[in-house]
Amino acid sequence: MGKGMEHRAGAVMVVGGGIAGVQAALDLTELGYYVYLVEKSAVVGGVMAQLDKTFPTNDCSL
Amino acid sequence: MLTNADLQALEGNAGDFTAKIRQRPRYIDADACTACGLCTQYCPRHHVDPYNEGLSVTRPIHIDYAQAVPATYYIDPSSCLHLQHDTCQICVPVCQSHAIDFSQKPKEIELNVGAVILAPGFGRIDQSTLAKFGYGSHPDVVTSFEFERMTTASGPFMGEVKCFSDGRHPKRIAFIQCVGSRDLGCDNGYCSSVCCMYAIKEAMVAKEHDPEVDITIYYMDIRTQGKEFDKAQQRAEAMGIKFVRAKVGDITPWQNRLQLTYSTLEGGHEFEPFDLVVLSVGFESPRDARGIADITGIELNHYNFAKSETFQPLATNRDGVIVAGAFQGPKDIPESVTQASAAAGIAAGLLEKQRGQGIIHKDYPEEKTDTDEPRIGVFVCHCGINISSVVDVHQVEDSVADMEGVVYHTDSLYSCSQDAVETLKKTIIAHNLNRVVIAACSPRTHEPLFQETLKDAGLNPCLVEMVNIRDQCSWVHAGEPDAATDKSQDLVRMAVAKARKLKPLPAQTVPVTSRALIVGGGIAGMVVALTMAEQGFESVLLEKEKTLGGNLGLLNHTLSSSETAGYLKKLVARVKKNRKIDVLTSAEIVQTSGFIGNFSSVVATTVGKKQEEHTIDHGVVILATGGHEHRPDGYLLGKNSRVLTQQELEKRLAGRAKNRAPDSVVMIQCAGSRGDDLNYCSKVCCNHAVKNALKIKEINPDSQVIVLYRDMRTYGYAEDAYREARLKGVVFIPYELENKPEVYEKGRRLHVKFFDSLLQEEVDLTPDLLALSVGIVPDGTEELSKLLKAPLTDDKFFLEAHVKLRPVELPVDGVYVCGLAHGPKPVDETIAQAQAAAAKAAIPLVKGSVSVDPIVSSVDEKTCIGCGLCVSLCPFSAIEMIKVEKKRKARTIAASCKACGICASHCPTFAISMGGFTNEQINAQIEAFGRATKKETAEV
Repeated sequence: MGKGMEHRAGAVMVVGGGIAGVQAALDLTELGYYVYLVEKSAVVGGVMAQLDKTFPTNDCSL
Repeated sequence: MLTNADLQALEGNAGDFTAKIRQRPRYIDADACTACGLCTQYCPRHHVDPYNEGLSVTRPIHIDYAQAVPATYYIDPSSCLHLQHDTCQICVPVCQSHAIDFSQKPKEIELNVGAVILAPGFGRIDQSTLAKFGYGSHPDVVTSFEFERMTTASGPFMGEVKCFSDGRHPKRIAFIQCVGSRDLGCDNGYCSSVCCMYAIKEAMVAKEHDPEVDITIYYMDIRTQGKEFDKAQQRAEAMGIKFVRAKVGDITPWQNRLQLTYSTLEGGHEFEPFDLVVLSVGFESPRDARGIADITGIELNHYNFAKSETFQPLATNRDGVIVAGAFQGPKDIPESVTQASAAAGIAAGLLEKQRGQGIIHKDYPEEKTDTDEPRIGVFVCHCGINISSVVDVHQVEDSVADMEGVVYHTDSLYSCSQDAVETLKKTIIAHNLNRVVIAACSPRTHEPLFQETLKDAGLNPCLVEMVNIRDQCSWVHAGEPDAATDKSQDLVRMAVAKARKLKPLPAQTVPVTSRALIVGGGIAGMVVALTMAEQGFESVLLEKEKTLGGNLGLLNHTLSSSETAGYLKKLVARVKKNRKIDVLTSAEIVQTSGFIGNFSSVVATTVGKKQEEHTIDHGVVILATGGHEHRPDGYLLGKNSRVLTQQELEKRLAGRAKNRAPDSVVMIQCAGSRGDDLNYCSKVCCNHAVKNALKIKEINPDSQVIVLYRDMRTYGYAEDAYREARLKGVVFIPYELENKPEVYEKGRRLHVKFFDSLLQEEVDLTPDLLALSVGIVPDGTEELSKLLKAPLTDDKFFLEAHVKLRPVELPVDGVYVCGLAHGPKPVDETIAQAQAAAAKAAIPLVKGSVSVDPIVSSVDEKTCIGCGLCVSLCPFSAIEMIKVEKKRKARTIAASCKACGICASHCPTFAISMGGFTNEQINAQIEAFGRATKKETAEV
């Protein structure tokens, strides 16, 4: 069983890799913080990645 | 990024948490996997694909979708033959890069973090609730999530909408709203807030797929309270989508169709046959909400979402643990994005001292000097089937083979996927390419990605040229594949011609003044100032009135019965005490010049009779100018003393007058809104009315309160209060815009006449009081819009840079918006938005400099005659006149320039050129269009 301990000053953990989690992580990195994004499934993106189009621009959600 | 990972424990305190994470194995070495997909082809076992809502099958070893991040395959252990039965292992030798590794074990990871943001999203409504609507027993009853996958071009049916029972295309589709929402039968008393809007979107998409299809949406209230959402409903109605206010009782098979039984407001029972029924399912709390709460030590509310309160909407009961997104309460994408930015801002405030210490800077290889002959690589994208279903991608790709300068060409299924980008980088290096043409989708969304790839490959980012053969070919010419292919070839040929002339452009950076200017000292402005100060940044807070506070000072309590006055007093005191905040009251902004990082504004203040002007240098501007109650005509407001606005009523109810809650009160919702004087919904008025109605019932339980409404929009948890009001005897009666209540005086009595849709007859009442829900209009946005060149919506609210993904930024860089200036919203949403604006505005201040896109205009001083035409035409004040050796010359202010090209196209001496769009490049492109390809010439 692998074990690892990481230490980075002022890191932030974001639990959940949907649109909210990803956006929070991106903003935090821009604000100068190291972020651990913890996602329970195998990919990030969450439900928004399943959407066909989003209102009102009809952009693809990916 | 830790995927397949579960939070197991969280110990410690804010600033110093230890998180224990358990990472489940992917059984694939992420570094070795090239996402080629061979393993999925060979895997013998089927696996129901949750990404496609179970509508298709994939294999246990798979990737969810082509653009997935991380772009590596994984094995779902629940159906893998080897992991379940210790057999098979076919995939292992198939994989060319030896990435499959069944020996992987779960990994325990400990992280030391200063703050935690919880954004686990939402859960799904239980099957037993869906079963009441025939889901599971009839194949043609689907959920809205399934319908979303059905309409998706890259979905399991490639965008074909069909009935599962026999594969026919549905001619009649019904949407049923509030499935699993506003339903105490499944303990979900709340409104999920998003379903009305997504049902409208899905209905419109279905209508685009098949204009003949007949769609009806069955609803209780249409809750399109978001900004500009009512307009979408109006468009949907114009497309022929029907909206019926009715409760669906039963769905039964009838011949090969489904029969809906529904009851209307008038009490009638009706039947209607449909081919397909879509259930607009609501949001449930996350399935593991209880577990998350136990691990992190946070409290949940009575619906198992994270517990939060009005004035600190994202805070939990544990310091340093912040919540964002749907877990905080059901909400749509823009609000989730807003809360996410707000959470980032709060975390940044907590960890202000450690900023910048833990991050890793990305290094790029040194840029190659551009001396060689053009060596162009052309990459044509299929975009799944988005392009290739119409355009013959291979023909387009082949057509470039003989072009001058083209040394490499290929095609790709998704050029933007992580593996394709990596391949692009390797190809550039291997073939020593120095110009890249990508024929794919829109540069608006994808150019930055490819520019980044060029930088990674050691090329100047300006050496990529994109051709949009999706929007401009496969989409608009979907019915004419041959013509679309010809056009794609033309566009690609033109791009290659331009690419030959592309020049590397240097990146420019401009230093930033580390100070924010905040316009508006209401709750939004004050929260921005405090959130900025917590992150270590100074701000100047302008308030046009004599005191801080804005609209919150006019309220007494909120719907969740939080008392406002005490909060406001504390907030004002904190702002005044904070040394990083400079407050200017009786202040108005009179002039602003400059650009992101370097604004300079003149502010006028009035103290007594003395007027003063202050010049303030600042790097960013946050607009929090607020709004006020609209005063509609036609309801005797201001003419009859019995007629009040909801805000006036709230004040009266909070007073001590004996008869403050009289025996009969009528409220009219949307008085002056939603197509009356104002075109939009003000979002807060329904809550306000319910709040006041409950207060009246509290003071005088015998009072008869009648609320005349169009749609009760008590979204989210406010639905609880709406239910409570009904239980306490408040009567709610709907009316139509075409048949508005009539308010008139007769003698000394005030009359309200309306059509009672329950009794089906006209009613004339003489209430003691009439309260109008009047809606909100923004303050002073037009003047600021002119000063800052920031666009407004038709309704005079500021228009955000991107409605969904950049909800607090304006199209003008360095300018942010929050509160009522963005759109009507309640206090908690205003606070979160203010925190988000403060986080976004801090980004350029943290960086200390802003980089300027090199496509801006530049003036050739030798050719410039100093006529000043460009200065007068520039819509962004981005050109100034300077003196060079006593001659007037124009000069671009690079950081303000938006690269629109107006100056270049009007310059009489062609002295202005646009980076990446020089006359030489554009001429080459136009000439290339004139030169037909060999094939076309032969045909002619």
